[in-house]
Parts: sequence; structure tokens; C-alpha cells
Amino acid sequence: MEHHSILRVISKLLIPPIILYALYVQWHGDYGPGGGFQAGVVFAVAFILYSLVYGVDALTKIVPPRLLHAFAGIGVLIYAGTGIVTMLLGDAFLGYNALAHDPVHAQEWGIIIVEFGVGVTVASVMMTIFIAFASHNPPLKDQDW
Amino acid sequence: MQASILDLDYVLGHYNYWMFVILMMTGLYITVSRGNLIKKIVGLNIFQTSVFMLYISMGKIIGGTAPILVDNPDAVYSNPLPHVLILTAIVVGIATTALALALVVRIRETYGTVEEDDILAMEHEMEFGSGLPQGGDRG
Amino acid sequence: MSPGLVGIAIIDILLFTFLVVTAIAILRLRNLFGVVMLAGVFSLLSAALFVTLDAVDVAFTEAAVGAGISTVLMLGTIALTFREEKKPSHSALLPILVCAVAGAALIYGTRDMPAFGAPDTPVQTHVAPDYIARTPVETGVPNIVTAVLASYRGYDTLGETAVIFTAAIAVLLLLGASGKRRESKDSEGKE
Repeated sequence: MEHHSILRVISKLLIPPIILYALYVQWHGDYGPGGGFQAGVVFAVAFILYSLVYGVDALTKIVPPRLLHAFAGIGVLIYAGTGIVTMLLGDAFLGYNALAHDPVHAQEWGIIIVEFGVGVTVASVMMTIFIAFASHNPPLKDQDW
Repeated sequence: MQASILDLDYVLGHYNYWMFVILMMTGLYITVSRGNLIKKIVGLNIFQTSVFMLYISMGKIIGGTAPILVDNPDAVYSNPLPHVLILTAIVVGIATTALALALVVRIRETYGTVEEDDILAMEHEMEFGSGLPQGGDRG
Repeated sequence: MSPGLVGIAIIDILLFTFLVVTAIAILRLRNLFGVVMLAGVFSLLSAALFVTLDAVDVAFTEAAVGAGISTVLMLGTIALTFREEKKPSHSALLPILVCAVAGAALIYGTRDMPAFGAPDTPVQTHVAPDYIARTPVETGVPNIVTAVLASYRGYDTLGETAVIFTAAIAVLLLLGASGKRRESKDSEGKE
């Protein structure tokens, strides 16, 4: 892909805004459309775009698959861990009211934390699945397309 | 509700359900009639999306707004519960689609084809023993 | 008949026309690259439909997941398999019959459905007003969908996240953890 300079320049321009937008969607999901699922997907798309233009090997150099596998688990653990913490604080599993003195604030905190867990899992799972497909040894050569 | 089919109010209130059925049946038809596994998955996705549309349209209120609270106390909100249900269903849908596609890749490596007819013929051949299928040793 | 209903009907009929045309094009086309691209178009059109139906969160997800990720994954799959579909060898009569009968039964079922967009249907009058009234008081989160997703129905979403995680594990089991496979390409043929 060395010769596609337009693609390379445009993707370099696009990737930072996409990541920024993913973070906006993640943290602004309480106020507008969005949340962990969408933010995770958009975040993964930025990296997938990078990999489409520069190759999968370039992507696995930035985000090693082992790291992604770990983060996929960490996201679920953040979510489930929030439930355990609320249980230890004396409320039900995922009953956020115990997280702060004011129940309304506690609910907001709980929602933000679990959405973050969802976002981490979705982003790393989408990247993991993409890398699994893209780095699988292809029986079809590039010039056959 | 049992009004004539030609009543405009009745048609406008129900045409979108009919459209979902048409789209759903197109998806079902692609799934059952086409032998190519990738196309079957695309058909299933169409089927799935039309079910999503049915759910979402049941939550819609004419003159309502998206279920994000606004300052106006008189605002009417469309039903948020189908949205939550479908939001998660879409994400589960991509998970199952990814799994199905991975299976297709493995089937292609094992059988050397993704056409249902060829795979069934090979299975038949394997069962009744007239030589190994080609490409059967990969993977 | 309210003017709101007519307005939304015009947009919906337009989008439905596009959706049905796209679905039929997917059915007719045998070039899988074209099929996958049209599937992406179908998702994007349905996202537009979700916006007109007030489901902005769903539209966002559908646009990102259906038109984005799943198109990329399908392209990855046809890169690993084939680009052309074979001509179907069976007669199309039985599938058409099955779909026609099922479709007719479903359309008969819609006769009992409440009119589209009516505010007094069972869907609108039972649980939803309760959630809409409680969300600002109990959670302080303006987006009701987020509040229901992450707080009221938090168990569901936990299960959901676990499903996504499981899908990643399953795909890795089927396709092999990346990086490993390329290094061991030479010894792989003997598996």
C-alpha cells in the first residue's frame, strides 16, 4: 500500500477526529445519543481504518493482540466488579445507590463506570475480531481481486 | 381497527408493518433459497434488521421526540424500552455474525467451497466412501 | 388523520422503497462484493429509518455496527473465500411458497396491530411512562435509553457484554489467535 499516498494522508487526517469522537460519544452518552456500545465500535473503527491503509502488521505493532485480549476481559470485569463493589457497600448487585452519598449522583457514577466497561470490551473485541479475520492467512492473492 | 383495506387511515397506520413483513420475507427467502453461505448470512442480517424495525416502530408516537429529556415539561417521548432492547440486539447480532463468518472461513478451508450443495455432496461422498474430498486435509 | 402521520409516512415510504429495492438487488446479485456493499447500504438506510422513528441511539448503533464493522468483516471473509456465488441449482418454487405463506400469515396478524404512532397502545401505556417519569428523578441522566440500559436493566447489559466477550473468544478459537499463525505458517500444513 506504499503508493496510495492520498489514502495515507486522508486516513492520517481522519483517525484523530474519529478517536476524539469516540471519546465524546463515550463520556457524553448520558446527555445525547451514544454510550459504551457505540463509542467502542467507533473507537475500534479508527484502528481498523489504520489497519486497512497501513496493513494489519502495522496495527498489531501499535496494539498487540495480547493487550486487546486482556482489555476485552478487563471491560467485563469493570462491569461485574462494579456490581461486586455495590454488593460490598451494602446494596444489591449493580444497585448503584450505594456508590455515593446522594443516590442520584451514585446512579450517574454507576452508569458512567459500567458504560466505560462496555466501551472497553466492545472496542477491544471488535479489534480482536478484525485482526483475527485480517491476519488469517489468505488463500486469495492480492492481484487476483 | 377492522376497517376496509382501502381506508387511507388504516393503510397509513399499517403499511409499515406490511413493509417489515416484505423485507423479512425477502431476508428469509435469501436465506433458504441461496446456497452460498455468505449470502445466507446477509439474508439473516436483513431478516434481523426488519425485526428491529418492527420493534422500533411500535415504540414510536406521532408528534413525540427521541427519549432524551428536554426542558419542555409537555414533551412527548417515544417509548425508550424497545430502543434499549434493540440496541443490545444489534450488538449481539454483530457478535453472532462475526462467529458465523469465522465458521464460513473454516468451512472454506476444510471443504474448499462455501456452497451448500457442494458441501452436502462432499459429506455424502465421505459417508459412503468414494475417495476423500479435495482440500479436506487443510486446517 | 394528523399531519404528523402524513409527513412521517412520506419519508417512510421513500425509505422503504429504497430498502425493498436494496433487498431485491441483494437477492438478484451474484457478485458477493456487490452483495456485501449493498448489505452496508441496507444497514445505513435502516439507520435513517430509525432516526425518523425517534430511535437515535439505535440508529447510531446500526450505522456504526451494521454499515461499518459488519461490512468490514464480510469483506474480510470474501477475501478469504470466494467473490462469486454459484448459480442456485434447486428450483425456487418451494422457498417462494414457504415465504409467501409465512408472509401472508404475518400480514394477516397485522390486522390486529394498533395503528402506527398511536399514543394509546398497550406498548405506550404500561411500563414506559413509569421509566420516563422515574429516570430524571432517580438517575439524573437525560438520555432515558442510557439510564435504562446501564441502570434499570444493568443485568441485561452485563450479559450482553459477556456475549460480546464470548464471541471474541469463539472467533479466536476458530481462526487462531493472530500473530501466532503467521509465524508458524510453515509447520501448519501438517496439523
